[in-house]
Amino acid sequence: MLARRKHLIAAVATGAIAFASTGGALAQKKYDSGASDTEIKIGNIMPYSGPASAYGVIGKTEAAYFNKINAEGGINGRKINFITYDDGYSPPKAVEQARKLVESDEVLVVFNPLGTPSNSAIEKYMNSKKVPQLFVATGATKWNEPKEFPWTMGWQPSYQSEARIYAKYLLKEKPDAKIAAFYQNDDFGKDYLKGLKDGLGAKAASMIIAEEGYETSEPSIDNHIVKLKASGADVFISITTPKFAAQAIKKLAEMNWTPLHIVSNVSASVGGVIKPAGFENAQGILSAAYAKDGADAQWNNDPGMKKFYEFLAKYDADANKLDGSVVYGYGAAQTMVKVLEMCGDNLTHENVMKQAASLKNFTPDTLLPGVTINTSATDFAPIKQLQMMRFKGEKWELFGDIITDDFTN
Amino acid sequence: MELFTNQVLAGIATGAIYACMALAVVMIYQAIDHLNFAQGEMAMFSTFISWQLMQWGVPYWGAFLLTLVFSFIGGIAIERLLFKPLAKAPILTNVAGFIALFAIINSSAGLIWDFTIKQYPTPFGSAPFLGSQLISTHQAGMIGVTVLLLIALYVFFRYTRMGLAMRAAASVPESARLVGINTSWMIALGWGMAAAIGSIAGMLIAPVVFLEPNMMGGVLIYGFAAAVLGGLTSPFGAVIGGFLVGIFENLAGTYIPGVGNELKLPIALALIITVLVVKPAGLFGRPIVKRV
Amino acid sequence: MSAVQEAVTAAPAIEAVPKRAMTLGVGTSLIVLALLIVTPLFVKNFIIFQMTMLLVYGLAVLALNILTGGSGQFSLGQSAFYAVGAYTSAILMEHAGMNYALTLPVSGLVCFAFGFLFGLPALRLSGVYLALATFALATAMPQLLKLGYFETWTGGVQGLVVTKPDPPEAVQSLLAWAHLKMSQDMWLYYFTLIITIAIYIFSVNLLKSRSGRAFMAIRDNEIAASAMGIDVALYKTLAFGVSAAITGIAGGLGAIAVQFVAPDGYTITLAISLFLGMVVGGVGWLPGSIVGSAFIIFVPNIAEGISKGLSGAVFGVILFLVIFLVPHGARQVAMVAQHLLGNLKKR
Repeated sequence: MLARRKHLIAAVATGAIAFASTGGALAQKKYDSGASDTEIKIGNIMPYSGPASAYGVIGKTEAAYFNKINAEGGINGRKINFITYDDGYSPPKAVEQARKLVESDEVLVVFNPLGTPSNSAIEKYMNSKKVPQLFVATGATKWNEPKEFPWTMGWQPSYQSEARIYAKYLLKEKPDAKIAAFYQNDDFGKDYLKGLKDGLGAKAASMIIAEEGYETSEPSIDNHIVKLKASGADVFISITTPKFAAQAIKKLAEMNWTPLHIVSNVSASVGGVIKPAGFENAQGILSAAYAKDGADAQWNNDPGMKKFYEFLAKYDADANKLDGSVVYGYGAAQTMVKVLEMCGDNLTHENVMKQAASLKNFTPDTLLPGVTINTSATDFAPIKQLQMMRFKGEKWELFGDIITDDFTN
Repeated sequence: MELFTNQVLAGIATGAIYACMALAVVMIYQAIDHLNFAQGEMAMFSTFISWQLMQWGVPYWGAFLLTLVFSFIGGIAIERLLFKPLAKAPILTNVAGFIALFAIINSSAGLIWDFTIKQYPTPFGSAPFLGSQLISTHQAGMIGVTVLLLIALYVFFRYTRMGLAMRAAASVPESARLVGINTSWMIALGWGMAAAIGSIAGMLIAPVVFLEPNMMGGVLIYGFAAAVLGGLTSPFGAVIGGFLVGIFENLAGTYIPGVGNELKLPIALALIITVLVVKPAGLFGRPIVKRV
Repeated sequence: MSAVQEAVTAAPAIEAVPKRAMTLGVGTSLIVLALLIVTPLFVKNFIIFQMTMLLVYGLAVLALNILTGGSGQFSLGQSAFYAVGAYTSAILMEHAGMNYALTLPVSGLVCFAFGFLFGLPALRLSGVYLALATFALATAMPQLLKLGYFETWTGGVQGLVVTKPDPPEAVQSLLAWAHLKMSQDMWLYYFTLIITIAIYIFSVNLLKSRSGRAFMAIRDNEIAASAMGIDVALYKTLAFGVSAAITGIAGGLGAIAVQFVAPDGYTITLAISLFLGMVVGGVGWLPGSIVGSAFIIFVPNIAEGISKGLSGAVFGVILFLVIFLVPHGARQVAMVAQHLLGNLKKR
């Protein structure tokens, strides 16, 4: 009798100790600045004014998404306090806002700051302060360097990845192509162009017969198109932002020039680019996507997009669902929430980074079927997959397989 | 040679955009002796109004006329409410006022209509003009309207009493008042007309560049440059200036190796400054004589 | 028929600041100085950073005040000089390993030359034409900085990251004695403050000197000035040179404070902001420079706080209110305050 009791006590004791040590995460709460029992502070920097103000809607969408999460009980019982500041797409202002977020508002993480110049400006600072600069809103390739910048991580597929996919496609389908590259003369355009050249490898010099850069200050880019047509190219790669992509599509149609037209993903939005440019002018254009298009009726019954539309109806009624930026903001915000959920009660800067680097096959509602988010300690590129698509009628038709960019630098 | 002609033609097409805007710039300069930085934004806002009217079902020409009237009244209202009180303030303070107006209009347009681009219809169609693939019928129409506006303005300033009164009020206000001209209302009228011309410019430009709140930013600089090149006192000069800027810019971009493309705007502006150094009043402007 | 302008009887485009009102009184100056010296000891690093930027932009507005308020030349192109100064410092620090303090005089000299050279063709232009020329310069600068040609030096579109300096050994050991530590931000602030005070004193003396009087004579009536024997060409280009030099030094300090230079940070928006700062502070009134600087740094933040979607509109409305109430800028406020104080003293 006594022996059995001793065994019982021993068993319970062992169980308790085992429970206490494995359930350490549950029992211990660890907080860095920006987190508490009731609140998680998420910082953000967006261009709400200035030349890139079109992207400010991303911040607006994210704020609405976090409102939704709060209305549904928050993350592990904590409410999100989303603090977003305007940097006007100016690097000095971005530095000021980043410092404000870290030193004055004391946020847990700076999430989805937008723009390559702004992010470049704050990268060193964020890493020296050891505060996560997470899921930056730019496709520049430089955000995947965990050794040098362990606190900075990208989200969307990098521009170079996308360009390499087009290069691969061309090498396979049209190896004797004469390519005219029309690019925006900034970090976005140049990064893309490099990816294209890397992807074409040794054949780049012979295949790319014309390169034409333009500035965003130019009211109309028509004269560039004139020049490119004169080069005799039969492939036109449009490395452009929405307004200029639309102008290019229109001008090509007006000039009756019908090369194989590839447009960059940032300008593939049906509502934002193709419709204003004219559906009839856009037939046969190629692009690639990693997310679903809010204007595309083929996703009307998709469970993920249904949630997205419900979210818009309830929390962001005057958002323009045709705007690709709105879809983007939703997807990024959802990824952030997932990471914070994974942190549980250990809400330190370090753990946020650790969980962000441990995403396995995570699928936000808005990504294409088959595209998943994966990160690891050596892989800070959450989305690496794209699928090519062709514009037909009034929508994009996906074709081919999901392509994973496996280029190693 | 073919590339050269193509670029010249393309330059004329883009130049039409600048010429349109330059006319509005000259108009306001005639009235207040200064450049209004918010001119482009006012034009953009007017264009949005016309777009909104069309969204509500008003047919194109109806929306066009309504917008003209609205812009005219709006221009006068802005002058009476915001700039008349500043009439006695230093000119630099007025310039700050223009900048403030720019910020207000740009921001409001962004809030009301958001920043996605919108297609804007043209009454001229988009087919190739006379078979040329470089100039569309719309662009030809734009040039035509600009020339018509130019003639109308020329007649107004040269042959009507109102035009004469406005010119008098701008250049010799004291003498004008002595003759009974209400100089204050002449300024308001100038604003109204400039706003109306600007709205026409906006409605012509939008089909080419797509309608969005930041659409006029680049155009305004070119409009200024064209107006200055042609002579701020000459509507004719403004239009010619517009075409010259368009052509020169294209040629610079095509033929100056290496930097030509990236420095198109600075090179165009440098050209204009060089012209000014030689001919300070612009190509067709009346020389300013300073009486000591 | 030529357009005739009355040059003698017409009011000058830029009005003169009366000589006795050119600076703050001794008492006020000391109070402001004391505030500037003591405040950083009590606030967080972030506020110190903002105060450093306040001084940096204050210097740039001061330079514009000398050019426009002093010599009457309208400039919308200061951002170009600021950029050149910033990049000179950054390139020297990052590519040549030069000590940050030494880069500032170099930036100043380079910008002086640049400003002087720009002033030469600008001699033939005035008023709106000069404005356009300077505007052209300001728009050209980001493009020049992005040029592939210079990319190895400037970092092209990506820009350059600048290392922030530590407080010097001497200062550190001195403070260590008192068991105090000075952060990089605080050191940079005091460093900037010393330079700002030096340049301010220099500028006040410049405007009070013969050269300053020459500037102002040119501003008030160029023809009369030249008739009196003033070498208009020399003084106008000199004004451009000095103004550019000070702006360049401000740019260098700004680059060190922000730790980053990129073409997108030096656009025409900066030039317009500096212009607004000058107007709000009071054209030609040097002490107003810091008020103007505070306006362009803090009012956009306030506007953003009021409404994110309409931040530009709110800023515009605030600006309108300021220029309606005090068309002559902070100088007008100071004059009114002085007047009131004077009345109080009489009682």
